[in-house]
Amino acid sequence: MSLSSPHASPDVSAAIPPRRRLRLWPRQRPGWAVIVAAICLALIVIIAILAPWLAPHDPLGMSPADRLKPPSDTYWLGSDAYGRDLLSRVLYGARVSLIVGLGSALISVVVGLPLGILAGFFRSLDAVIMRVMDGLMAIPSVLLAIAIVSLISANLWTVMAAITIPEIPRIVRLVRSVVLSAREEPYVEAAVSLGSSLPTVMWRHLMPNTLAPLIVMSTYICASAILTEAILSFLGAGLGTETPTWGNIMAEGRTYFLIKPSLIFWPGIALSVCILSINLLGDAARDRLDPRLQKRGGAQ
Amino acid sequence: MFSYCLRRTLAAVPVMVVVALFVFLLLRLSPGDPAAIIAGDMATPEQLDRIRETLGLNQPLYIQFFNWAGELLRGDFGTSLMSNLPVTQLMAQRLEPTISLALLSIALSVVVAVPMGVIAAWKHGSLIDNAVMSLSVLGFSVPVFVTGYILIKIFSIDLGWLPVQGFRRVSQEGFGPFIQHAILPALMLSTIYIALIARMTRASMLDVLGEDFIRTAHAKGASEKRVLFKHALRNAGVPILEVIGTGFALMITGVVVTESVFNIPGLGRLTVDAILSRDYPVIQGLILVTSGVYVMINLAIDLSYALLDPRIRYQ
Repeated sequence: MSLSSPHASPDVSAAIPPRRRLRLWPRQRPGWAVIVAAICLALIVIIAILAPWLAPHDPLGMSPADRLKPPSDTYWLGSDAYGRDLLSRVLYGARVSLIVGLGSALISVVVGLPLGILAGFFRSLDAVIMRVMDGLMAIPSVLLAIAIVSLISANLWTVMAAITIPEIPRIVRLVRSVVLSAREEPYVEAAVSLGSSLPTVMWRHLMPNTLAPLIVMSTYICASAILTEAILSFLGAGLGTETPTWGNIMAEGRTYFLIKPSLIFWPGIALSVCILSINLLGDAARDRLDPRLQKRGGAQ
Repeated sequence: MFSYCLRRTLAAVPVMVVVALFVFLLLRLSPGDPAAIIAGDMATPEQLDRIRETLGLNQPLYIQFFNWAGELLRGDFGTSLMSNLPVTQLMAQRLEPTISLALLSIALSVVVAVPMGVIAAWKHGSLIDNAVMSLSVLGFSVPVFVTGYILIKIFSIDLGWLPVQGFRRVSQEGFGPFIQHAILPALMLSTIYIALIARMTRASMLDVLGEDFIRTAHAKGASEKRVLFKHALRNAGVPILEVIGTGFALMITGVVVTESVFNIPGLGRLTVDAILSRDYPVIQGLILVTSGVYVMINLAIDLSYALLDPRIRYQ
């Protein structure tokens, strides 16, 4: 009897579905837009880390004699109204944006994930947590952030907290919806009936289901947080005006827009490229990890 | 139908209570003396006392909340610390520019985005589809103020067609001057909305275009245009309507930034002025009103689903 006979030994391995794994590295080559986005983002990260060595001037160093100079050998992109080097300020601006973006994404996941699992698992907590989240979601995020910053003096931490709080409901809703469907699965029931403790069930059996959508959602939150930070700075409700953030540079550039539009356009381009890259990578991650996840709201 | 409407309406009440509670606690629980926060660094003890008195800060927290909520329900949003005018009056003065701008933007977005999404779905996978999708990613990612300044640079400064800043009220100066001043801000405000609606229209149309009744419509000889806009779009309507509602939050952010870029005396400018002068009663009122409008718009949209899609009524 040959081994290939269907009666000899049924191929058991075919019946067991391959283990679902998070696959971050794509099997086929991603599109060129994704590659360009990844390169841009990598560049921005490198610029943020190496800003002190890359910047030709001190981003805070004023020289009143060189106010609003056009691009030259000394000031590659020209200088602002206080004679500060625009290029150096834009390079340093990447730091605040990336810290705020990554920090908000991380904090909102750390806070939102447990809340979402609890809401999805316990009926009694669900009602309370979700009402609070609905209320938070009804407040426009920028207004909420503005109100928080206007009450507490603005520093990097308060700005980050103010931007993160309105984002948390998005994580909680997402995690809850995943947990709600996952907890009906037979393996969860099996784990419960085998006597696994509740924390074990939640952490080992429910939480991994949320990872793929969470990765996608946190990229959108990162982009959205960077945008909100820029808006806060632009409106004068963010970090102190001397701090080189892209929003602050643009806010100062408003006064001189008719004379020197590049004060708005360079940080604007940096900001747009940064957010665009993150959004494109988020879309790519979504297509790879979870095609069902619809992009709702996007980055602000 | 009636019970569905009633249930949905009642569900909006706890949301508003949470919003009110949050706005209330925001000031009371922030570190430091609320009166000192409101008054700023230069306040005299008498000013602090006056603020404590007007806000009732000397009473227990829950009594403060109920007093405050009661005043809200009677339509009293407090008094501005800067101008000493009632917050409701300040907001009423600023209402018209914002509403006219928002309506113009929504109209513009729907007129541009829905056909864009329909055509992208119809020519799925084509160059047009790719262009629409790329534009919509771009629309999401380029911050509103950057779009705004690009528009000002092109149309106001380089071409000189439109004014750089300012605003004319429809009610006072008529439609012509209003459009002339409002078209750039509306364009700026629409970009995200157009991106959002076009994306959702495309996705929703793609779902519907695969259905049997579309094939039937083709088979009975309905024209392409009729199939797309009559048969398909009508059935793809609910998600599109939903995204117009959820997108309202983006609209509010956009309004704040747009009005500040174009110097429009609307609610957005009022918000920025209130933040810069730490006029907390005004900020509070603005948050409550915008959240209320947001909840109401989404409620209205939920209710209109029931009209568009009879299946929803029986859920």
